[in-house]
Amino acid sequence: MRRFLLRRLLLTIPVLVGVATLVFSLIHLVPGDPAQAMLGESASGAEISDLRARLGLNEPLLTQYGRYLRGLAHGDLGRSFRYNTPVEREIAQRLSNTAILAAAAMAVALVVALPLGILGALFRGRAIDQAAMTVSLAGISMPNFWLGPLLAIVFAVKLGWLPVSGTGSWLNLVLPAATLGAALAAILARMTRASLIDELRELYVLAAKARGLSEFRAVMAHALRNSLIPVVTIVGLQFGSVLTGTIITETIFAWPGVGRLLIQAISFRDYPLVQGCILFIAVTYVVMNLLVDLLYGWLDPRIRYE
Amino acid sequence: MIKRLGIVIVGVTVAAAIVGPWIVPYDPAAQQLSLRLAGPSWQHPFGLDELGRDVLARLLVGARISLLVGISVVSISAVVGSVVGVIAGYAGGWVDALLGRLMDILLAFPGILLAIALVAVLGPSLSHVVLALVTIGWVSYARLVRGQALKVRELDYVQAARALGAPVVRILKLHVIPATLSATIVQATLGMAGAIIAEASLSFLGLGVQPPTPSWGTMLDAGRSHLIDAPHLTLFPGLAIALLVLGFNFAGDALRDTFDPRHTL
Repeated sequence: MRRFLLRRLLLTIPVLVGVATLVFSLIHLVPGDPAQAMLGESASGAEISDLRARLGLNEPLLTQYGRYLRGLAHGDLGRSFRYNTPVEREIAQRLSNTAILAAAAMAVALVVALPLGILGALFRGRAIDQAAMTVSLAGISMPNFWLGPLLAIVFAVKLGWLPVSGTGSWLNLVLPAATLGAALAAILARMTRASLIDELRELYVLAAKARGLSEFRAVMAHALRNSLIPVVTIVGLQFGSVLTGTIITETIFAWPGVGRLLIQAISFRDYPLVQGCILFIAVTYVVMNLLVDLLYGWLDPRIRYE
Repeated sequence: MIKRLGIVIVGVTVAAAIVGPWIVPYDPAAQQLSLRLAGPSWQHPFGLDELGRDVLARLLVGARISLLVGISVVSISAVVGSVVGVIAGYAGGWVDALLGRLMDILLAFPGILLAIALVAVLGPSLSHVVLALVTIGWVSYARLVRGQALKVRELDYVQAARALGAPVVRILKLHVIPATLSATIVQATLGMAGAIIAEASLSFLGLGVQPPTPSWGTMLDAGRSHLIDAPHLTLFPGLAIALLVLGFNFAGDALRDTFDPRHTL
């Protein structure tokens, strides 16, 4: 296990350096002068050269790159142009909101998907299975930037049960979490069903049923646990979609998280903040994938010996 | 059967995008301010938007944008990805290792995030959307084709061609690329769905097609301000996106079944 762990950790390092390099190069892709773009057409020459100096754009590229990497090693993501505060502080202030939203969305997805998947597997081929899979297909096909406003129309505008946007109480979390979790729920339901159907064909399940266990008990006591291994992987792999989904969901529901911060930073051309948010989301994604791999190795010992 | 429905949905959308703007008697840019936000009626089946423009006429022009972005992204990504994949898979060694690491880094980014990052710095426009989506899109084709190329280069007839002294380009053209074609076509069909969603997402965030050009994503974004008084502005563009995406997903599945009958067993 230790060798597997070390190998997987070492493989992550070049990926992280690559991600950091890509994010570093973003500001150099801005057409024309990034300082001019940030300050707008009306900025004076002195203002532009001052900002260029503050961003370190006058130094040679390699020096800038070295300074950028050194800063990252110390947790320094630069300074926001709009707020004039450290980028990491702006992200930290909104981090908990994004984490709460992502966790709630994943919880919604699991709560919806597991029963749907189990029902689908238990009643495979019958009407209840087809209904469960049709619901999940609808979930996959509906983009969250459509589902969000639709849910808002029904539950906030027509029924008045839930607030349409903002924060304050857990009720504010319901619509964003449902919007963000729907696609994941749909994928997980299909995965749980397929994986459980495979598992139900295994000999140990047949043996359990031969001993007189009902199909339901055979599923709950034996097959479900083993069928969850691919489901755990999918949860991990889909974390990226949930994370990027927060960008749109937070924008729809004015949820003050890192995703909304990114979109606001883009509209203000606050490039250091854009870079910081992108880097933060990408690194979180890489680290989550690493954790999923490690968890997978722990759940299924065959993986770590390959 | 239901998968064939996908081909029908795609066919109808393509036909509507081509001939629709000539059939619908309204200019998508013409404003009737007195009728702004009017709901569906016989004259305007999908209603009018916040500037009194016909939603159906705008949806039909928007379909052109979605399909144009989808086709551009998919075709450029497929060509670039196939070339890189064939080179990596056929050459092996350090070339494969180097291209593999590059792909790993790009895959380490959640796809749409890199697209957002690129459009954010390049500026919002249709061509930048295509460029951003190609930047993330080619990797999946490269991976797919690389895997196929690795398999094909070990086959007896390819080994024989090499032993007979056939030039590498000829082997790639005659043997390796045709063997990877069916998987690429399936991937491209499914990729259309992904590209359409991605374009709509970027436009929804204000990073894609800019007003007044109608795009399904920008139409949805505009509809957000009128959830209470004009929900039809949200309903119809979203329905169009969901149906077309579903259509391409079904069509991709149907093509996969056709090319690889084992998949359905």
